[in-house]
Amino acid sequence: MQNIRNYVRPQSLEEAYTLNQKRSSRIIGGMLWLKMGNGNIQTAIDLCDLGLDTIEETDEQFTIGAMVSLRTLEQHEAFNAYCGGAFALAVGDIIGVQFRNLATIGGSLWGRFGFSDVLTVLLSMDCQVELYHAGIVPLSEFVNMKRDRDILVRVIVRKTPGRFAYQAMRIQRTDFPVLTCSASRMNGQLQIAVGARPGRAMLLPDANGLLSAPDEQPLTPEKIETLAGYAADTVPTGSNLRGSSEYRTHLVRVLVSRALGELI
Amino acid sequence: MEIKLTLNGKVITEEIEADLLLIDFVRKHGCYSVKRGCETSGCGLCTVLMDGKPVFSCSILAARAGGHSIQTLEGLQEEASEFIGFIADQGADQCGFCNPGMVMNTIALLRENPDPTDDEIRAYLAGNLCRCSGYEGQLRGIRAFLDSRRS
Repeated sequence: MQNIRNYVRPQSLEEAYTLNQKRSSRIIGGMLWLKMGNGNIQTAIDLCDLGLDTIEETDEQFTIGAMVSLRTLEQHEAFNAYCGGAFALAVGDIIGVQFRNLATIGGSLWGRFGFSDVLTVLLSMDCQVELYHAGIVPLSEFVNMKRDRDILVRVIVRKTPGRFAYQAMRIQRTDFPVLTCSASRMNGQLQIAVGARPGRAMLLPDANGLLSAPDEQPLTPEKIETLAGYAADTVPTGSNLRGSSEYRTHLVRVLVSRALGELI
Repeated sequence: MEIKLTLNGKVITEEIEADLLLIDFVRKHGCYSVKRGCETSGCGLCTVLMDGKPVFSCSILAARAGGHSIQTLEGLQEEASEFIGFIADQGADQCGFCNPGMVMNTIALLRENPDPTDDEIRAYLAGNLCRCSGYEGQLRGIRAFLDSRRS
């Protein structure tokens, strides 16, 4: 457990940002992963008074405050209607309801954790993050940015029409995933994300227009097999106690194939 | 630092250390049903309701609970008494250590979804570990309670 000297609830983002510029300060988010570490925190910054626990919906997008819990988003009918239930499916095996009532969307993305179901499922959506200092950044860029002293304020999911699928392999439910995979079909284009490799989730690059999928062309079994093979050849995997690199590469082929099979 | 919260209906104002966890706060106030288990946010023994929602009290600062309402099994015995007999009738709990957390989360489940399916019960209680009984007894007990309520 971390030793925390001071606990502060800033009353503005500027105050939070200023406090967070000290290396001994930490934004605590949902605190679930932070709690697992040891060390000293001079100032724990809690964003809970900044009104970032709401989801706003317009015709164009969902704007999700950083302090929205995974459980709130899991139960948000309009958001899950938009993504075909992919988000609820992705987070449903994260520990339990008690955990998901505490874990925040902002903390889940800021950590850019390798095991993150949340990062994987949002990567294949038209998703951006709003950072207090750096502004609005596509999630696909944010995932590769170095952690700095900025603050993730909101997550924006644009309502680009499409279909979405999520697949994960766990040794048992509620455990960390061995591999995660999400796929979408938007604007005649496929997006495929693979996470828990065990490195952080990545989007499959489009080589030679392979991910092109015009609406009038169904995804044939042959095309799905080609794409699954391309993913297995392209996505770097590693080994840890949950699985070897070879096993994960096998899973990439299987889960990509299954996810794409839901987008036909 | 000073916090003010409501614990089982009683308003408490108290000076605390910034890193005091909610589990230690409620146990200090006599709520011994709240157990310390895995301390890795995974076993459900420490479940309390914060503004009616189940959370792991081992994973949240008491400071964040300031301004909120916290309920433990000590404050919900009447609501729990409706169904715990059905769980006991199934011999569901052996050592009983997981039971308060399981009961707290069952209360939250039944408030949110008064007529859950077996799969919905399993999914909702997935964050509560029991190392004696294998969960089937608890499931049978909750099912028996729901069936009795229907009839």
